[in-house]
Amino acid sequence: MASYTQRKLVDRIVTGLCICAALLAIIPLGSVLFYVTKQGIGAVNWDFFTKLPKPVGETGGGMAHAIVGTLTILGIACLIGVPTGILGGIYLAEFGGTRFSKIVRFSADVLTGVPSIVIGIFVYVIIVVPTKQFSAMAGGVALAILMLPTVVRTTDELLRLVPDALREGALALGVPKWRATVSIVLRTAAPGIATGVMLAVARVAGETAPLLFTAFGNLGWSDGIGSPTASLPVQIFNYSVSPYADWHRQAWAAALVLVALVLFFNLLARLLVRDRSPAR
Amino acid sequence: MKDAAASELPTDKELVPASTKVARATRKTNRDVNAGDRIFRGVTTFFAGLVVVTLAAVAIQLVMTAWPSLSKFGFHFLYTRDWNPVEDEFGALPFLYGTVVSSTLALCIAVPIALGIAIFLTELAPPWMRSPVSFLVELLAAVPSVVYGLWGIFVLAPWLRDTVEPGISKVLGFIPMFRVPESGSTGLGMFTAGLILSIMILPTISSIAREVLKATPLPLREGALALGSTRWEVVRYVILPYARSGIVGAIILGLGRALGETMAVTMVIGNSPNISASLFAPSYTMASIIANEFTEATGKIHLAALAEIGLLLFVVTFILNVLARLLVWRVAAGRRYKTAGGRT
Amino acid sequence: MTDNLANPRITARTMNEDSDRVSGPPEILKAKIRADDVHAFYGAKEAIKGITLDVAEKEVTAFIGPSGCGKSTFLRCFNRMHEIIPGARVAGRVLLDGSDIYDAEIDPVRVRRRVGMVFQKPNPFPTMSIRENVLAGLKLNGLKINDADRLVEESLQQAALWDEVKDSLHLSGTSLSGGQQQRLCIARSLALEPEVLLMDEPCSALDPIATARVEELIHELGGKYTIVIVTHSMQQAARVSDRTAFFYLGELIEYDATDTIFTKPSDPRTEDYITGRFG
Repeated sequence: MASYTQRKLVDRIVTGLCICAALLAIIPLGSVLFYVTKQGIGAVNWDFFTKLPKPVGETGGGMAHAIVGTLTILGIACLIGVPTGILGGIYLAEFGGTRFSKIVRFSADVLTGVPSIVIGIFVYVIIVVPTKQFSAMAGGVALAILMLPTVVRTTDELLRLVPDALREGALALGVPKWRATVSIVLRTAAPGIATGVMLAVARVAGETAPLLFTAFGNLGWSDGIGSPTASLPVQIFNYSVSPYADWHRQAWAAALVLVALVLFFNLLARLLVRDRSPAR
Repeated sequence: MKDAAASELPTDKELVPASTKVARATRKTNRDVNAGDRIFRGVTTFFAGLVVVTLAAVAIQLVMTAWPSLSKFGFHFLYTRDWNPVEDEFGALPFLYGTVVSSTLALCIAVPIALGIAIFLTELAPPWMRSPVSFLVELLAAVPSVVYGLWGIFVLAPWLRDTVEPGISKVLGFIPMFRVPESGSTGLGMFTAGLILSIMILPTISSIAREVLKATPLPLREGALALGSTRWEVVRYVILPYARSGIVGAIILGLGRALGETMAVTMVIGNSPNISASLFAPSYTMASIIANEFTEATGKIHLAALAEIGLLLFVVTFILNVLARLLVWRVAAGRRYKTAGGRT
Repeated sequence: MTDNLANPRITARTMNEDSDRVSGPPEILKAKIRADDVHAFYGAKEAIKGITLDVAEKEVTAFIGPSGCGKSTFLRCFNRMHEIIPGARVAGRVLLDGSDIYDAEIDPVRVRRRVGMVFQKPNPFPTMSIRENVLAGLKLNGLKINDADRLVEESLQQAALWDEVKDSLHLSGTSLSGGQQQRLCIARSLALEPEVLLMDEPCSALDPIATARVEELIHELGGKYTIVIVTHSMQQAARVSDRTAFFYLGELIEYDATDTIFTKPSDPRTEDYITGRFG
């Protein structure tokens, strides 16, 4: 066996290598955030939030339509995905233990791993083709499907953390199970579930691939949720692969706004946990 | 009180024979007489079912949409390289190649780093460092794919083109893989895509690997430490062997993410359906061809060919996910058994 | 409400001193609850093997026995809480004022409003204040509350908690000490004006001083409510109860006036248990 000093040395070296790994991971993060801020801050101004894009060749203009579009699509996604996910999660936690609940958990886990672009194809086939129209609605459905498994599993896991004593306490008062679940169990787990939902929203807010052929894009204001709608991620993609320097500037600005939006949701999620830690 | 009830649960499978009279007198008491409860159960079951229905519908729709291509090209689709919308001739080989190589490259870079981080955060780091470092690594996952792409085009690619690629080429240029192509490099190519992918899958792998490492039972660690092992020796000889299958699961999940990742790759890989020996040459992936051509695909066969690529991605990620979860569960299940009381 | 004594079948059995069955304690004037050949199962395991027993109205009845003897399970059959555990079921009849609570027409939810329950560990609702906890039963059942302030005060008074919390009704229920939490749970049950109060080892998670407090309270409530208490402490049974039933391995071994059980038990197993030879 190697001497103690040798072994100690190996221990040190490995620790050093692990620290290097952590640093290596943080470098790209720092670089991305640095460039997004540096390049984006110059192009973000009042016009960016209030104006539509100018035609190619003219400088200035903004992305008001894409910001509104992103929020619209996210709103639709939440309206569909959050209630569905929470109710499905309630089933798993409160009526689970059946063979069916195993199938649901399995499906949710698999759905998490399905590439988002594949979900895009799916929504294109079931919504865009029948309605003959790219739309914010289709984009919202695509994002809702992407957030669904996260919301289901978070709700499931957090409800199962609620002590059974509370369920029994409520049932023993002659409260029907549905009422006990909604008013006691769900309410106790609410801060944690809200956090999970926020993280799910943050994750899908930056999704681009499934929007390419669902919400598509729009040069101006959308005519409604049934029409093609611009979004920040798609706008960043289209602008960054274009040959125009001014569009590149706008892409950086949009990236800054998008990253800020995503970080905002992430931060909100963390604050929710810190504010009212779920009672145990 | 639940505990009291739990202690009375049967410990073995031995049946206590109940008299037939008792059996007949037994009523189904689990039935909900309350209408509100019946509705509640029905509604939640329906929405839980939606998850299953969605997954099934995705699979069915993909097969249906891809059918014209599936029936026309059969297995040829997988190993031919013609991609000609005008002639309706489609072979996906260059895209399969691009996806496989870029993902492999990403794994080669990300796995050692991710495992290093996971080991560092669970075993070696001083407690005060753990939370900020893991926060930063999680943040890596929060940055949208399209933003990585933007950064890739304007920051990473020029740097690789001007500094890294010539350097590597100079030292390792005798291997075709590391030789800058004759036509020169734009910085957009397989190498850049692999590098960006590795950044994006790093948090996935490291967070799951951390979960798995944490699952090592405490007595195992303490036993080894008590024998005078250094912390690294505990990791090397106790924790890693215990967590091995879970770590493989984490890597497979990372691979699943890499295969399906679309935007960042589309933006930096160069989108050229070549099969080139050089990593510095442009290439194309399965997800990228869908992203670029799906909205413009007017021909029925063209659309079907793209859907078939989507179907392939779906099937492969499906299999990888099932495999990975089985591996991760096997390790994590031991932990759940140890710590959580579990509900009856 | 049916007078059970008017039922010839029951009267006959009460008078018949069949020592093979239940050595029923004498002179139950009115049985509030009558368990009739109750079996309880966890999956295939039979935890309660056919118990027949009467609970006297407005008295305190204690269930004692070694852990795992089924006393808690049996208690949970009285308000249909046993069946909420997956795979658990009950056979036989439990008559509350003469009508079977396991009848197919009976909604368990209604049974539980009449039969309150206090658990081993205090379980106030953490998202609610003290006041909201007291009113929880009524609010969650969608019942109208006429004079909420009076109800809160009365319930907390009855649970001997009012003086300690009257100035902090808005605080979270979980901010109280363990003993106070348990009394809050008792107040929460009392607010629904139950006819019967089931207590499942209500003091096992409490310190001695809090235990004394709760025991005193149980004794006081005994005159107004029908109380059934499960306890692993024989001293507690002796202090608070009028009648005591001794359970062993899912069977009722002996049931008698508390004094009799503790001074001259008729079954050797009861004697072994109360003298500390097992359990």
